Amino acid sequence: MRVNVTINGDQRQADDVWEGESLLYMLRERLGLPGSKNACEQGECGSCTVYLDDVPVCACLVAAGQCQGREVRTVEGLAAGDDLDPVQRSFVEAGAVQCGFCTPGLVVAAHDLLRRVPEPSDPEIREALAGNLCRCTGYEKILDAVRLAATRQASGAEAR
Amino acid sequence: MDFLIPSTFAEALAIKAERPEVVPIAGGTDVMVELNFDHRRPTALLDLTRIAELTEWAPSENLLRVGAGVPYVRIIDELGDRLPGLAMASRTVGSPQIRNRGTVGGNLGAASPAGDTHPVLLACDAQVEVASVRGTRMIPAAEFYLGVKRNALEPDELIAAVHLAPAAAPQQFSKVGTRNAMVIAVCSFAVALHPEQGRVGAAVGSAAPTPRRALAAEEFLAGELSDAGLWESPKPLLDSVRRRFGELAAEAASPIDDVRGTAAYRRHALAVLARRTLGWAWQDYCGTGETRSQSCA
Ligand SMILES: Cc1cc2nc3c(=O)[nH]c(=O)nc-3n(C[C@H](O)[C@H](O)[C@H](O)COP(=O)(O)OP(=O)(O)OC[C@H]3O[C@@H](n4cnc5c(N)ncnc54)[C@H](O)[C@@H]3O)c2cc1C
Ligand code: FES
Ligand code: FES
Repeated sequence: MRVNVTINGDQRQADDVWEGESLLYMLRERLGLPGSKNACEQGECGSCTVYLDDVPVCACLVAAGQCQGREVRTVEGLAAGDDLDPVQRSFVEAGAVQCGFCTPGLVVAAHDLLRRVPEPSDPEIREALAGNLCRCTGYEKILDAVRLAATRQASGAEAR
Repeated sequence: MDFLIPSTFAEALAIKAERPEVVPIAGGTDVMVELNFDHRRPTALLDLTRIAELTEWAPSENLLRVGAGVPYVRIIDELGDRLPGLAMASRTVGSPQIRNRGTVGGNLGAASPAGDTHPVLLACDAQVEVASVRGTRMIPAAEFYLGVKRNALEPDELIAAVHLAPAAAPQQFSKVGTRNAMVIAVCSFAVALHPEQGRVGAAVGSAAPTPRRALAAEEFLAGELSDAGLWESPKPLLDSVRRRFGELAAEAASPIDDVRGTAAYRRHALAVLARRTLGWAWQDYCGTGETRSQSCA
């Protein structure tokens, strides 16, 4: 089947989509957007987190057909060219990235948290990131990154 | 495989009548896992996410009608005050991403014995509204769960909504798992106080082939509370009463040993969950009782 969907602001069309296919597969294998990672395909790791109509979801658990006519924003859509989103910059600067596999999903989840709760407490950060697994960092640097991004935003640097 | 996108509930029911084998998909948090792992190859998916009727909730007579497709996050945000038990269970489901998509209708459709909303629906005397082209019927939650992952839906039926009374008194839900997020319950328990009926609803999850009401525990407590006149003049419960309630709740289960826990552990944990959740709910009830009489005075 054919799926028309707005991705990161662009009108896109995917052809020959299998009816049981996930949004994640469509993004990575048909639309050339490999930022969202595939690590479990069962909603457990959060590496595939994207915005669907502005709500963070696991792209592996959304059927591609369910996105027809809807808006998807992936990690690729957070930065403006080389100009990284404050959340992305904070991840780099805080050393929250090791192998990087979990990073796209965590960045989207953290981005969403900071839109909703500009100055989150530590429990709020942990709760918001509970659906994202990282095998490398031990999470401390990730918490640092989110705190840093929050401070940045509070001091005026605006999150896009 | 076909991907069918009805835009109204009537259209979806017509499709389900004509092709009962199609698999409905709402949040997809159960269905997509089965598809991704090739555990299921349906002839068609029936996407319910475009059907506005399913994603709404509204008062209906003196109950609240919650559409089958309302995601957990909205139950938490919008109904937490009126349906505290359901909201508590919703908060323990998966992760934020799962709660943004997953629905009560999907929980009921999957009918896993471990589904978190089930004990609450049982303890709150919820009714499940199911529909087909033949009409609509209301199934009490206690009659909805038939076996492991089996429910009372006919092949041509879809779940439209659940109906619950707005809480008149405290409700509690609690579950045991290995971490605070993203866990399938090892066992779970819900309790709801119904002072207007002089009774308490109680139900166990993940500890029998289906979620079940703990009837003996309910009856015991109703008796204790009314004998001592505690509904009218609430006082702290005796330890012996809370403990007995816990034991009876655990006896309602018929748990098995599996990867998540042993039967013996589940029985023990259920007794603890029941005792504690009752303690919390009753403490709240005593608190509101006091404020009520103070504000009356
Ligand atoms: C990582 C992860 C963690 C999870 N954690 C939990 C947890 O902690 N607690 C818990 O209870 N569950 C958990 N689940 C399971 C799942 O999220 C829930 O069962 C959820 O409620 C399913 O809702 P859904 O809308 O996504 O259902 P879907 O996957 O869309 O559907 C589930 C089933 O219901 C049927 N169905 C859906 N809507 C209807 C309808 N209106 N009428 C008839 N049939 C219908 C479908 O055909 C399917 O059989 C988890 C799942 C994942 C992937
Ligand atoms: S790949 Fe989607 S949650 Fe792991
Ligand atoms: S950096 Fe390797 S999984 Fe998180």
